[in-house]
Amino acid sequence: MPTDIPVVDLVLRADPELLAIVRLSLAVSLAAVACAAALALPLGALVALTRFPGRDATIVALNTLMGLPPVVVGLAIYLLLSRSGPLGDFGLLFTPQAMVIAQAVLVAPIIAALTRQTIEDLWLEYCDELAAMHVAPVQRVRTLLWDARFSLLTALLAGFGRASAEVGAVIIVGGNIEGHTRTMTTAIALETSKGDLPLAIGLGLVLMAIVVLVNALAWGARRAGERLAG
Amino acid sequence: MMRAPGSDLPIELADARYHVRGSVILDGISLVLGEGPPTVLIGPNGSGKTTLLRMLMGLIAPTDGAVTWGGRRNAPPVRRAIVFQRPVMLRRSVSANLVYALSSAGVARAARPRRVAELLELVGLLALAARPARGLSGGEQQRLALARALARDPQVLFLDEPTASLDPAATKAIEDLIRTVAERGIKVVMSTHDLGEARRLAGEILLLHRGRIVERGPAEAFFAAPRTDEGRRFLAGELLI
Repeated sequence: MPTDIPVVDLVLRADPELLAIVRLSLAVSLAAVACAAALALPLGALVALTRFPGRDATIVALNTLMGLPPVVVGLAIYLLLSRSGPLGDFGLLFTPQAMVIAQAVLVAPIIAALTRQTIEDLWLEYCDELAAMHVAPVQRVRTLLWDARFSLLTALLAGFGRASAEVGAVIIVGGNIEGHTRTMTTAIALETSKGDLPLAIGLGLVLMAIVVLVNALAWGARRAGERLAG
Repeated sequence: MMRAPGSDLPIELADARYHVRGSVILDGISLVLGEGPPTVLIGPNGSGKTTLLRMLMGLIAPTDGAVTWGGRRNAPPVRRAIVFQRPVMLRRSVSANLVYALSSAGVARAARPRRVAELLELVGLLALAARPARGLSGGEQQRLALARALARDPQVLFLDEPTASLDPAATKAIEDLIRTVAERGIKVVMSTHDLGEARRLAGEILLLHRGRIVERGPAEAFFAAPRTDEGRRFLAGELLI
């Protein structure tokens, strides 16, 4: 059933190229969020729970880094990964891995900053009880991360939103190579500059639909979890 | 299981002071608390009851003076437990709150389910085991907090106004539990602003005023005939300022 709107055709035909782009976009952004979270959740909790010289500066830096310009991160990662760069030997430039690294760098400060705030608020509430229960520091961090898990999900979603919407960094380090590093956002940028606005708009709508779906799934998981654990 | 050697009792304060930014909260308190019937702290708001309980628990250190537990200065709160005036429920189920307390007290994993059941039975929350703890009523939360404190198998249990803002039925449930706990040989040290409650539970009374102990003695004697002017005025319902 062909229509006049190209992207509807692509979706209806489950166009393999479109599916590959969607799959890559999701995989890159989710992997970036996972990598960033592995680092940023403990880091945010650590900053929340410890007092050290330069802590205020660290918090300001984290909050500032939330607004890192993607093209700047892309450029920095490009320089690191390029053949003549310090990490050039790994041959990662213009690969999905390079895109994951760039997005992880963009997302980590968001997750760390939001985690810091969330954990610090919860700590104010919990500190007496945990001190009275003689809970060791590492265990405290685990307790707070676990008990704040529903709020932290929002931090992860903020990170995912940033990653999935981002084009500046992935286009620089990925190169928008068809069938290899082309994502939804880079495809939209390309189609727009080529003048194929209907396809660009269509791809944009598909991207937004996917982001809505991911957020809906996360929210559903949160509600179900809250019903069970409060 | 990690257990510090020795007993936490007696707890001894030697001329303990506590001040925060120039304002004196506790002003030279010397006190020995050993085994025995419940010790009830009374006194007007701001007299230092909560601060004294926190110091006895080891949550704050005196600015001057010393606290020792069974003669030891740095005794981690292994066999002491406290129920705060507003206990914080972990964002977990009722039974998971107890499992957490048991594991933090070093109780072996295999022994936990039985202990959870015992504790829930004791405080009458068995039917609510799977519910989110934060959804409980005030009285139920207070009972869970008590169970969580008992999970540490304490020698001494501190309670900070455990029935404040509870209705009479919930208050009775808590007071009955405190009596049970005391009968099991756990030293209870609690504060209250309710003289009726002090009468019902106290073995001895400790009257605080302006960060000092103004009177200490067996409850019966105190309520029959306080020895100090402050004691008489406090019992008569006058405002101690």
